[in-house]
Amino acid sequence: MCSLCGVIGGNEHWTDAVARPGVFTRNVERLDRRRERARRVSAANSVLSAFGMSLSDWQGSAFVLATRTGKSEMIEDLGHLWPAAERLSGRLCDPLDPQLIARMEETDHG
Amino acid sequence: MAEMPAFTPVHLLTGFLGSGKTTLLKRLLADPALADTAVLINEFGEIGLDHHLVERIDDTMVLLQSGCVCCTVRGELADALRDLHSKRDRGLVPSFTRVIIESTGLADPFPVLSTLKSDPVLRHHFRAGTVVTTVDAVNGLAQLDTYVESTRQAAIADRIVITKADLCKGDAGLTRLLSRLTEFNPDARRIIAGSNSPDADALFGDDAAQRATKLQSPSGFYCDTPTLRVTAEGVALHTAISSFVITVDRPIDWTGFGIWLTMLLNRHGERVLRVKGILDLAGEDRPVAVHGVQHLVHPPVHLDAWPSGERISRLVFIVDGLDANLLKRSFNAFALAGNSDARPQPEAAAQIRNA
Repeated sequence: MCSLCGVIGGNEHWTDAVARPGVFTRNVERLDRRRERARRVSAANSVLSAFGMSLSDWQGSAFVLATRTGKSEMIEDLGHLWPAAERLSGRLCDPLDPQLIARMEETDHG
Repeated sequence: MAEMPAFTPVHLLTGFLGSGKTTLLKRLLADPALADTAVLINEFGEIGLDHHLVERIDDTMVLLQSGCVCCTVRGELADALRDLHSKRDRGLVPSFTRVIIESTGLADPFPVLSTLKSDPVLRHHFRAGTVVTTVDAVNGLAQLDTYVESTRQAAIADRIVITKADLCKGDAGLTRLLSRLTEFNPDARRIIAGSNSPDADALFGDDAAQRATKLQSPSGFYCDTPTLRVTAEGVALHTAISSFVITVDRPIDWTGFGIWLTMLLNRHGERVLRVKGILDLAGEDRPVAVHGVQHLVHPPVHLDAWPSGERISRLVFIVDGLDANLLKRSFNAFALAGNSDARPQPEAAAQIRNA
């Protein structure tokens, strides 16, 4: 467990798979890793903005999820993102919600 | 001492009550190919009987008793596996290279896979192998129609073994059963059990390679019409297991895909029985295979070459009552590459908050 943030550590998420033979991951080289994190923050924000929340990188080791009113939570990986987002916003983050899909389609092609 | 693999595969043998799991296991264990196998048997009930039927009692056979592996004895399963691992390391039990868990007839297979993945010790030494589900040729169809557990077991399977086919009167029933199984689990290998088949290799052979090549058949796994199921009393059930494939010829954005799939599984994980696919990722030459069961997604695997030479992403879903068209639309909106390129990328100035 991380003594700073209290997240029980080391739970390998599939989007951050440890490099092993045959495994696809962008978690190898330092630059790739940082680039992927930055991309992830940007991709997550395009969804989270629909819920009035934003994500930012924290020291390259965790993420901070925050609402516009300043409620924030540290999360470790994408596995923790959506449960935390639902808790903070009090809304269901459903990718099958037609309104959210329409919003995503708009930002994509706009 | 047999060579110990870095990750010992844990295969799961499941199937509805009375569908022939123990019979199959007993026959398989007689096969020398499975000599280096540790077996865990889980029984629902106070008195364990199956381990006597299997007739192989040694230190690598563990009985998980009084409770069903998917809930009450989950901790016990983790303890048993850790114990086996520790004893193997110390040379107290014969070295084994695979583990087979025979689950109770009512078990939901998912928690077993999840235990392997979440336990802090187990996940470094074991990995999920194949899920083999036995389906009874005589009663299978009725069980699939009536019991959600039965449907889930079949939907999650990598291999489906049809048992008691010789007891089936006429071929009509068997054909119907096979087509029903094809409907909700199109690319599981279906094997009709005989007195000497299937052999161990067909069931527990190289599952990683199998998982990667599985999507190579370009046809035959499309089903868009959910089947409405009824209970024994004839009341319509609210589950509609269906499978469909998303085919895309544009590159997929790995980051967007990760965001999308985690979001989908967080909200609908219970209902996404299976997701597997071969993806053409933006920025990658070789295809990447992903494979998930409910909330659990295996680490993505790099494949050597494109099956059939075509550079097309294919993602198969087996879902329980989700709208296929909505899901496809959602996938397109979130995960296609080019979408994110159109947006200004704040890569260089990623917001780093030194709070």
